[in-house]
Amino acid sequence: MELLSFGKTGWGDELFYATLMTIAVSITAMLIGFLFSIIFTPLKLSNNKFLNLIGNTYTTIIRGVPELLVIYLFFFGGSGAIMYVASIFGYYEYIEINAFITGSCAIGIISGAYSTEVFRGAIQSIDKGQFEACKVLGFKKYIYFLKVIMPQMLRLAIPNLSNVWQITLKDTSLISVTGLVEIMRQSYIAAGSTRDPLFFYSFAAILYLMLTFISMKLINRLEFKYSRGF
Amino acid sequence: MDISLMLTSLPKLLGAAVVTLKLLSLSLLFGIFIGLLFAILRLNKNPFINKFAYGYSYLFRGTPLLVQIFIIYFGLGQVEYFRSTFLWVVFKEPYWCAIIAFALNTGAYTSEILRSAFQTIKPGIIEAGKSLGISNKIIFYKIQIPVAIRQSLPAYGNEIILMMKGTSLASTVTLMDLTGVAKYIISTTFKPIEVFIVAGGIYLFMTFLIHNVIKFLEKKYSF
Repeated sequence: MELLSFGKTGWGDELFYATLMTIAVSITAMLIGFLFSIIFTPLKLSNNKFLNLIGNTYTTIIRGVPELLVIYLFFFGGSGAIMYVASIFGYYEYIEINAFITGSCAIGIISGAYSTEVFRGAIQSIDKGQFEACKVLGFKKYIYFLKVIMPQMLRLAIPNLSNVWQITLKDTSLISVTGLVEIMRQSYIAAGSTRDPLFFYSFAAILYLMLTFISMKLINRLEFKYSRGF
Repeated sequence: MDISLMLTSLPKLLGAAVVTLKLLSLSLLFGIFIGLLFAILRLNKNPFINKFAYGYSYLFRGTPLLVQIFIIYFGLGQVEYFRSTFLWVVFKEPYWCAIIAFALNTGAYTSEILRSAFQTIKPGIIEAGKSLGISNKIIFYKIQIPVAIRQSLPAYGNEIILMMKGTSLASTVTLMDLTGVAKYIISTTFKPIEVFIVAGGIYLFMTFLIHNVIKFLEKKYSF
């Protein structure tokens, strides 16, 4: 137990901060994912074949390729790509992006593919009559989307989004390969310096279980809130 | 875009894809037995057995696969007593550690898939069997299991694809699977995009194949 004490002798405080880092990366990645799904969901639903193809390519590639490979692409290719873009604007210095940004972008793009599918499914399962009624009543497009479609879509999407959240939370463990100090990386360091991998990796497993358990409870409450009246 | 690098790395990556497929097929083979066992335990009326099976699937579905591999590969080797048993022959190899971790992981997901399939079997089928005087055991093996397997095919197809992506984690325990080799080529040539296109293309091709095989099976066994 003294291995987990706070302060200089134990790993308690390090693991605590690592847990906060995992939560921070997961939330950032989830938000980046939402951003991507806001862009790609309309593309997947559009009637234009070309836009459709772009949307489908994104979700198919990301969902068919291992997360670790995407993370390696970002880890090794991220700063190169940024430097290439910067060189177009006449900036030739070396740019290094930190592990937090690379990691959350990589996980964000992955989580975005999953949430795009969730939003697409939710919008498609809304009754056609709702769309038609809005058109008949002459609502402006953004108003009918915000006031009529959005609330119904959220109710249908939340249970599946909670799955996406769980996947995202578990995927953040893979960022440890890039050196970002989150739960997995911290346990790796602790296991290496104390020669007690069994204890630290099991403790990491308990931390992840706690995170998934607590987030499930919170999401259930949210689900209850949005399904009032149904 | 470095086309020649893509061409030279293709045979290496294809060789590594064979390792990935081996890992995948072995873990699925063990995983389906684990899954079936725990699905049956989940349906047991005894609350202890029931809770035990639920705990197993909760544990393996709530933690990242990476943690599970690390516990099995790095963690178990630490126990002195364990190293003196015959099991150590298996657990000292990263290859078998990875397969055990994958099998336990996919077993947890498979048990959930099969459990829900067992629960959605129409009671009429079982009652028909009973009224024909077939014994409970034969009803279970000859009626419930085949129907449940057919019901769970679409979900199991997704699980196979997820597991194929999961095998990429074998590269973290020194195995040279497709992702491991891709990472090696990237870190020696610093051409991430080219290698990603080739390796990702191979993964996508495998996903495509699995998807179509499952679709074919679904059609063949539809009722």
